[in-house]
Amino acid sequence: MVPVSAYLIVAIVLFGIGTIGVLISRNVIIIFMSVELMLNAANLVLIAFSRALNVVDGHVFVFLVLCVAAAEAAVGLAIIITLYRNRDTVNIDRFDLLKW
Amino acid sequence: MNLDTLIFLASAVIAVFGATMMISQRNPVASVLYLILSLLAQAVLYVQLGALFMAAVLIIVYAGAVLVLFLFVIMLLNLRGREDLGRPSPPFNRITKYTLSILFVAQLVMVVRSSISSSLFVNIKDVSVMSMLPAGFGSVEEVATVLFQKYLYPFELVSVLILAAVVGAVLMAKKERDGEGPPGADARGSVENLTDRVTR
Repeated sequence: MVPVSAYLIVAIVLFGIGTIGVLISRNVIIIFMSVELMLNAANLVLIAFSRALNVVDGHVFVFLVLCVAAAEAAVGLAIIITLYRNRDTVNIDRFDLLKW
Repeated sequence: MNLDTLIFLASAVIAVFGATMMISQRNPVASVLYLILSLLAQAVLYVQLGALFMAAVLIIVYAGAVLVLFLFVIMLLNLRGREDLGRPSPPFNRITKYTLSILFVAQLVMVVRSSISSSLFVNIKDVSVMSMLPAGFGSVEEVATVLFQKYLYPFELVSVLILAAVVGAVLMAKKERDGEGPPGADARGSVENLTDRVTR
């Protein structure tokens, strides 16, 4: 008998790790994967509450989030390819054209 | 401790371990593999919560398609994890990012602590996960019934979104056709090169 709140705590830990990855990592691809991890943590919350309330609407939302994440991955990786082609690096510290 | 709790603890630990290793790897290929490990553990959690179809979709779409796309791009860019990433960041960047990380983690811990003591958490905690699972919950039929009746309009919108994203991705990642000019040469130069080569 695992309570639903245990799943929520796992989700919040995963989300925190994803945020730390976005903040700390210097590789654009790892930052991008951290964003995917944060999306998955949100999906876990949706699934957990869907189970707690006994409705499948949460599953539909997870489905839609997965579709959006796939689209986002395609566009994001295209942006990364273009960045790498222009700058010859994936280091986030080097993409500072808009800095003051 | 029964089997459910054991499976939950094992997959939760594996999911968190994979995520931690993912952000701490220097080699992006290893990072992708750890993310796949974390996603597989999360799929086990989905199955425990009765979301069988979503677990299958998570493995097929995420581990099967999206992360393979990541691997594909990493190998296309020929990254080996030893670019100029070895150089430390400017000190201002480092101070900012570590401070923000610590603040964020402190905030998360405070939210969890305060929600554990609130009455909402007690109400949620009373719902035992493995009790009274309705028949067919989370199956393809149940999800499809809701998806194609109640949420038909968002579903169609998502197809338009994916079409736009695919066209945009192809347009952005398309290589300049000349192969002689410097990377990022403007479009006019490449068109001139192209016509030059065609006429030659």
